Amino acid sequence: MIGSSLREDGREYNELRPLKIEVGVLDRADGSAYLEVGGNKILVAVYGPRESYIRRLLKPNTGVIRCRYNMAPFSVDDRKRPGPDRRSSEISKITADALRPALMLENYPRSMVDVFIEVIEAEGGTRCAGITAASVALADAGIPMKDIVVGCAAGKVNNEIVLDLSEVEDKEGQADLPLAIMPRTGEITLLQSDGDLSESEFSKALELAMDGCMQVSEIQKEALRKKYTDE
Amino acid sequence: MDNNAYGDFMIYVDNKDLVIPGQILADDEFYPGRGTFKDSGNICSSVMGLVSLRNKKIRVIPLKSKYVPKKGDVVIGKISDVKFSMWELDINSPYSGMLPAFEVFGREKKELNKVFDIGDVLFLRVVEVDEVKKAKLGLKGRGMGKFKGGVIVDITPTKVPRLIGKKGSMINMIKDKTKCNIVVGQNGLVWVSGDKEMENITKDIIKLIEAEAHTSGLTDRIKNKLTLIIDGEEAVEEEDFDDYFDDQLEKPKLQNFKDELEQEELEEKKNDDKDFIDSYKEIKKQNKKDNKNSLSVGKSNTNFYSILNKKDDY
Repeated sequence: MIGSSLREDGREYNELRPLKIEVGVLDRADGSAYLEVGGNKILVAVYGPRESYIRRLLKPNTGVIRCRYNMAPFSVDDRKRPGPDRRSSEISKITADALRPALMLENYPRSMVDVFIEVIEAEGGTRCAGITAASVALADAGIPMKDIVVGCAAGKVNNEIVLDLSEVEDKEGQADLPLAIMPRTGEITLLQSDGDLSESEFSKALELAMDGCMQVSEIQKEALRKKYTDE
Repeated sequence: MDNNAYGDFMIYVDNKDLVIPGQILADDEFYPGRGTFKDSGNICSSVMGLVSLRNKKIRVIPLKSKYVPKKGDVVIGKISDVKFSMWELDINSPYSGMLPAFEVFGREKKELNKVFDIGDVLFLRVVEVDEVKKAKLGLKGRGMGKFKGGVIVDITPTKVPRLIGKKGSMINMIKDKTKCNIVVGQNGLVWVSGDKEMENITKDIIKLIEAEAHTSGLTDRIKNKLTLIIDGEEAVEEEDFDDYFDDQLEKPKLQNFKDELEQEELEEKKNDDKDFIDSYKEIKKQNKKDNKNSLSVGKSNTNFYSILNKKDDY
């Protein structure tokens, strides 16, 4: 089996799905990004910093970030009931938590940044793709940041540690390990683990996911530069 | 700018390079300016923008930003609420502005909504900004007050200096060509009034300037485009070194002209007893003497321009 593909879609164990990021796709949003990775299609809009109408969320010394992750009813094979559910509430929260450490909103006290992540088509790994696209949109909005956060997952399928799980691999695999980092310093802003991994498998998966993040990060940067250099 | 001029210090970018958040710009032998931060011995960019290098001070001028009120700025605002003793205004910023009634009436008591009502667009000055960034506005100054007619165009505030151009070259050229009155607020709102058709052309041109602010040779291109639209023919190519300089050097300079002005004032210990208004009057006089009063079309003469001129007078 050595040298031949182990995975269903013919990828190597450390190979990402084809990835495409476009910046500034929405006119009315302050910042926006459209991302395609494998069969995922994700649209992110960022508004702000703006005056908040929710007084209780405001902080007198800094700005705050709020996220909404939403899956379109037609994004999955069986129609998804529209509206927030347990899963999307969780992802909204962890996305905001993953992005927050990178933001520098001290100069915008009492303001709020809104991030809307819309999953138009889903095919595994949407939370990581959402984070990746959201941080690009935040940079496009001109919001001061320490780094562009990037997300990527690794997991265990057929007793093998692989990078960037697809939907089938996620469902049939033994473990999933989504990770978000700030690539310049390597600081981790999100780490979840679902399934069974031994200690050595965990470190291997983490390392692989880190590597994947670095690769995705390059595409993020390229996409951001492209907006202003290709004209 | 030449890297070698900095000797042994490590610098990874050039002047006017496009950088993205988190990108390492230089080591901390340099001074971090606006749009940058220090992290583990390096200076990194915090926003997406263009690098501005000067005397070992490194800055990033953002390509997009939100307006944060600053004392002394002139802004355009729209009245969003009328309260008991003040108006509340939307100034295209995360923070709303307030215009106290006494700034307008003094001690007199009048009904507020008979003077300015919701939806009115005003030209104002930021009098004071408190620690939670609430902006107190005033109407004292030339040309301040309510706009009648016209349209409002919004651009990102960091591109306001580009729209004005060196010594107002861009804005005056547009005014000249379109015969419109144009007033630019530092919060990125632009008021345009004139012939209906010309208003639309001006609006499109302003949007174009916003989109291409980071490219060079813009004033010439805009001039050609305007001539083509209005007169239906291509402008005669003129070699204009002034404009070349405008695009090559002026942009980062104009961006923070106030800071630099302050800095220069400190350095040279000159004119430090003068405030904005005084210098403004002086410039006005000088302008009249020099007969270059083309700046004051309509109400549009603001301190904004006078600051530019003041710099020029040094």
